[in-house]
Amino acid sequence: MITSDRISVWRELKRNRTLYLMTLPGILFLFAFNYMPMFGIIVAFKDFNYIDGFFHSPWVGFKNFEFFFKSHDAWIVTRNTLVLNSLFIVSSLVLQIGFALILNEIRNGSFKKITQSFMFFPYFVSWIIVSVFTYNMFHSEYGALNRILVSLGMEPVRWLSSPQYWWWILTAVYDWHWTGFGVIIYLAALSGINPELYEVAEIDGAGKWRQITSISLPLLMPTAVVLTLLAIGKIMICDFGMIYGIIGDNAMLYPTTNVIDTYVYRALRQLGDIGMSAAAGLYQSIVGFILVLGSNLLARRFSKEGALF
Amino acid sequence: MSYQRRLNPIPRTILYLVVGVFSVACLVPFALIISGSFTDEGEIIRSGFAFVPKKISFASWVLLYHDIQRVINGYIVTVSVTVGGTILSLLITAMMAYPLSVPTLRYRNIIAFFAFFTLIFYGGMVPWYIIVSRVLHLRNTILALILPYTLQPWNMFLLRNFFRTIPKEIAESAKIDGAKEMTIFIRLILPLAKPGLATVGLFIALMYWNDWWLGLMFVENHHLYPVQLLLRAIISNVQFLRSSTAAAIASDASGIIPLEGVKMATGLVTIGPIIFLYPFIQKYFIKGIIIGAVKG
Repeated sequence: MITSDRISVWRELKRNRTLYLMTLPGILFLFAFNYMPMFGIIVAFKDFNYIDGFFHSPWVGFKNFEFFFKSHDAWIVTRNTLVLNSLFIVSSLVLQIGFALILNEIRNGSFKKITQSFMFFPYFVSWIIVSVFTYNMFHSEYGALNRILVSLGMEPVRWLSSPQYWWWILTAVYDWHWTGFGVIIYLAALSGINPELYEVAEIDGAGKWRQITSISLPLLMPTAVVLTLLAIGKIMICDFGMIYGIIGDNAMLYPTTNVIDTYVYRALRQLGDIGMSAAAGLYQSIVGFILVLGSNLLARRFSKEGALF
Repeated sequence: MSYQRRLNPIPRTILYLVVGVFSVACLVPFALIISGSFTDEGEIIRSGFAFVPKKISFASWVLLYHDIQRVINGYIVTVSVTVGGTILSLLITAMMAYPLSVPTLRYRNIIAFFAFFTLIFYGGMVPWYIIVSRVLHLRNTILALILPYTLQPWNMFLLRNFFRTIPKEIAESAKIDGAKEMTIFIRLILPLAKPGLATVGLFIALMYWNDWWLGLMFVENHHLYPVQLLLRAIISNVQFLRSSTAAAIASDASGIIPLEGVKMATGLVTIGPIIFLYPFIQKYFIKGIIIGAVKG
């Protein structure tokens, strides 16, 4: 039985060898850049040094984790990651659906086209360029925002040393970057709604608002729920390029903007504490993995084709 | 005539206004950059950045021009990485995606899962960094700016979905006529999948163009800085700029070196090609987003 299975495996591989060989380079890339690092997680349990390498550095058990979780930082970076991502999820949901509904009502084709391409443009801009913007918006001396505040007779704010504002600023930047992208998805979902539904509703005397709340929103729900659940699955991961690009090494803003990814980066590259940064990273990966599985389970329950797997 | 849903004039005006204001707000930051690059440095120091320059000066551009060697070098790195990376990535991604779209390939789901699992579990930045820099020895090479991104599972699945829309009878009848798999792939499938390849290729190109993370992690040699990282070095490190021989030559009317202005000018230079190409490439991205969102 086993041998005949083995023969058929071999026969399949041989019969379609070109197709299987074609996937090989891709498999090698995945192995090198994704799977090898997965095995590399053992550094989280070692007192790693480059001379002894992966295999010969001494084991230290859970010491690195102990060190990380006993520091006040573990709580701060987890909180910042969760708060920022929650703000991103909620605000983007409202704005993206809101603008998709509005654009869907706009009948002037060229106005719709132009505004939509303006909204989508920030998606194409690197976070480094964004950091130039935030710099000239929020710089305490040169910033355009303080200039406006002063001309309105208000006190200027030292934005770059006031961490309390940055959850909101980063949320605004996030939505600036992603709204146009999300609107495309929701507009596509809206264009899939049968127009007869609206015609019948109108004949029955339903106003515009009623049509939105009773037809458009319920039919957008599957898309919205699935996208939100997938975002919740990634709630432990913050876009490193965004956060580090904008905040950089401005330590004044760490209390609200240091997230797990930037913490790991700094521990690795600036403090050189490889073991602890690997432990923090593994904590993020494992919690993240559980959340992805959980949220996908929910997404699947909600809509079969929407789930990731 | 098609049925028109009507809206009263007042709410309609409000909706137009909301969309109009938000979409213009999306472009406002660019106005600040453009204006900043043309503003007299003394004016920036005195009263800050403004949407319209009060006192126009070209000193920042002059300084950038004197330092153009560095920018050109950055451009060469970025263009090489973007072109080389996109071609390599598209090739490897398509070669992996096509077999996974063939319904008769028995182990396609095992291979798909091998790729998929990397989307949901991540080894973390630290082991990844050690592997790339110490095991694969890519530090301070241009390959470090390309290879870690070559196979993106997300793009691979997107491309597989494109390949699936090609009727399977095409490959089957060619096979009956005696064509080899490789011939079918190159002669029949790839030409038919051109729109899909263009879409995925543009996503890949944008990723390489805007990336600075790989440079930050693996490149210390300034000659290998892509433009984005060069811009970052200029922003976060005025010393980097002062060290430029050009800084001494170019200063504005008031004798001040335009350190703020040149950040803006460099920013514009890195985003220039994207602004120029945007009207032509936008539709491919929209198509890709819609297909990608329907099923990952």
